[in-house]
Amino acid sequence: MAGISSYGAYIPLHRLSRPDIQKAWASMIPIPGEKAVAGYDEDSITMAVAAGRDCLTGIDPRKVDRLYFASTTSPYREKQAASVVAGALALGKDTLTMDFSGSLRAATNALRAALDAVEAGAAKGVMVTCADTRLGAPNGDKEMAFGDGAAALLISKTDAAVDIVGSHSVYQEFHDVWRSDRDTFVRSWEERFIREAGYMRLVPAAVGAALKKSKLAPGDIAKAAIYAPDPRLLGMAAGKMGFDPMAQLQDPMYMSVGNTGSALALMMLVAALEDAAPGQNLLCVSYGDGCDVLVLKTNDRVEKIKDRRAIKRHLASKKMMPGYLKYVQWRGLMETEPPPRPPINHISVPALWRDMDWGLALHGVKCKKCGTPQYPPQRVCVMCQAQDNFEPYNFTDKKAKVSSFSHDNLAASIDPPTTIAAVDFDGGGRIIFNMVDRDPQDVKTGMPVEVSFRQVHFFEGIHNYWWKCTPIRC
Amino acid sequence: MASVKGIRDKVAIIGMGCTKFGEHWDKSKNDLIFEATKEALEDAKMETKDIEAAWAGTWVSGFDGRCLADPLKLQYIPVTRVENACASGSDAFRNACYAVASGAYDVCLAVGFEKLKDSGYSGLPDQQSLPSNRYPDRTAPGMFALMATTYFSKYKLSPEEGKRMIGMVSVKSHHNGTLNPKAHLRREVTIEQVMNAPIVAWPLGLFDCCGVSDGSAAAIVVPADKAKNYRPDPVYVKALQISVCPSEGELRADYDFTQVKATTRAGEMAYAEAGVKNPRKEISMAELHDCFSITEAVTCEDLQFSPRGKVKDDIESGFFDLTGGLPVQPDGGLKSFGHPIGASGVRMLYEMYLQLQGRADKRQLKNPKLGLTHNLGGIPVSNTVSVLIIGL
Repeated sequence: MAGISSYGAYIPLHRLSRPDIQKAWASMIPIPGEKAVAGYDEDSITMAVAAGRDCLTGIDPRKVDRLYFASTTSPYREKQAASVVAGALALGKDTLTMDFSGSLRAATNALRAALDAVEAGAAKGVMVTCADTRLGAPNGDKEMAFGDGAAALLISKTDAAVDIVGSHSVYQEFHDVWRSDRDTFVRSWEERFIREAGYMRLVPAAVGAALKKSKLAPGDIAKAAIYAPDPRLLGMAAGKMGFDPMAQLQDPMYMSVGNTGSALALMMLVAALEDAAPGQNLLCVSYGDGCDVLVLKTNDRVEKIKDRRAIKRHLASKKMMPGYLKYVQWRGLMETEPPPRPPINHISVPALWRDMDWGLALHGVKCKKCGTPQYPPQRVCVMCQAQDNFEPYNFTDKKAKVSSFSHDNLAASIDPPTTIAAVDFDGGGRIIFNMVDRDPQDVKTGMPVEVSFRQVHFFEGIHNYWWKCTPIRC
Repeated sequence: MASVKGIRDKVAIIGMGCTKFGEHWDKSKNDLIFEATKEALEDAKMETKDIEAAWAGTWVSGFDGRCLADPLKLQYIPVTRVENACASGSDAFRNACYAVASGAYDVCLAVGFEKLKDSGYSGLPDQQSLPSNRYPDRTAPGMFALMATTYFSKYKLSPEEGKRMIGMVSVKSHHNGTLNPKAHLRREVTIEQVMNAPIVAWPLGLFDCCGVSDGSAAAIVVPADKAKNYRPDPVYVKALQISVCPSEGELRADYDFTQVKATTRAGEMAYAEAGVKNPRKEISMAELHDCFSITEAVTCEDLQFSPRGKVKDDIESGFFDLTGGLPVQPDGGLKSFGHPIGASGVRMLYEMYLQLQGRADKRQLKNPKLGLTHNLGGIPVSNTVSVLIIGL
């Protein structure tokens, strides 16, 4: 039976306090909590990669033959994002890559499709990744509510830790929350309409139908991971669904992360799985132009999925942003004074394609003669000068430390200073990276670091991805 | 090396020129080339038509032989543009010397020039070396800061001690610049000013970094055995060495940023070529590539002026001052001139040339015999280095 055999998630390090947003706009309505904000060099693709790496901890990527990417905020309108994620995760070239987009149900759609494919024997391991960086218009309710985040699930028959028990879906064609192809910011209709004609009408009914199909009562559910734009709405729906809000509802993380859009239901499910015991019934519910309900049951293997950063560890590892304007700057919401530095004037597409293996997957080579790992791949060994005598070498799973660093105030950066770190890897090899997600005064020679997939440049419509390093996140 | 004697005493410099370096808003690169070459020709008592072949050293200000032929109206002679990062000017000079030494030509011109101030930027552009743009954002000061941080740590200097050591390098060079009418910056600075200046890339502050400027310098070379036909006091080329590293420090974890092997190798080869056995004693004066104060300090060790790890003692004792045992940057260095990249190597030769002829005015050293110039193009992990020695 198809099920979830591994999970992972990602929450950006940076958090913006809602009172800081309120203060910036001198708004009267106090809204508490904080939202997770993707860094200026992060987007839905980089976050999906981070969640995917978390999910693949200790798992051979060759077990994956499909990669699904779900988001309402893909960096591209026309160009597949799943192929970038698959490249960064070093999945095989014959992996079937698919993008799911366009709705808050994109991730559960992808999850349903993955379960169906595996159950039918059409695929053996489907990695479902989802991530969102939705934007609400400045000085609005959605800007307050939205947060950024990602989740990843590996769907397979072998080693399934969470089995699919049942499901139910309904669709509804209406505009309660939406964004057209000409909009930067998400739009929404009147809140009462969203609540009464949308959420409260659809979700309890769909959940009820799903439970009935699976011959379960509300009390049989250990934890329900139900998408909700805010906790108040979830509480109202809980009553209608017959759930005890305190005991049975998974925290929608409104106060700590915010509404992460299409990624939220799966992030909540991952959080539930972190605490789940074997033999528990779980629900995963999304809402958006309809409602997807998945009824799941954990088995013995759920406690064997360990060592995941998932939700808990990412939640606990955070850095408050200095204020609202930093968010405005990172999201490019305001034109600001450019630095007196030359702009990028070229990215070569043939070079991006040619360099894909080392650029996206951070694979270098190891000299077969002297054993020296080196990056990027060379034709002549940097140590012994042997020619064309190499084997592929993966740098992403090696421990690393900083052998020297500097904080460069001259380099143009959205977030100066630019930290340059010479990173030396256990087993050999050195790569010089920029370091981000750090406090400059905490950077020390010898400190351990890890690599992180980031968007490094954007030029003429091309999002250019490579790697940076960060202190060990969590 | 085929012959350890190499180029020694085969070529002589009989004319040199150098513009004032600075922010020449009112001068184009052609103006700078013309003015430097005019002074060189007058110094050699020659005319443009006497030049048989020419080499241009420039990083980004010219691309083919026309960059010299156009402004100077060179009449259908061979002209080649040479680029080797910050060693471009030195390499242009080297090429001109080899042409003369080969016997192919009797009079060759080398012009180094750079026009950087039309760009409007602070600092130099980052070298975008990979067309897929998969490299870290970093500037020259950012990368040389790694050299300072690791040098301080390896030789157990506190941040304050380290900053003081490199700060004194800049104080010394600024002082020398006040004695040089062609320098861009001509002001004394105190060690306190240097240490407290705004940080560019820690620990390098504003006064630890050379500035961006425009300039040009030119040299005319002839076979050594014909030099006295042109003037009674020619200066002879003793060594022309370049060493290019295969960028090991980018890829190898055993490079620790506290030395530059290409400098050491170019120095060793230059000393062998010039017949120098004890550089600290036999080199009378040196123009080193002080793009950053730390670079000069480490270069003194790489060139065997100071023992490894001990340059601080020599800096503090004034050994490298104008009045010291081995004056470094007698003209004020990149610190006072700025660094119009293609011009710097030839500007360094200009000072050595004037000193050897007794024409260095307020900066004149007592009886110099051998002058060394050094350029380091690139960054500590990846660089191309020139070491030239000229003398009597």
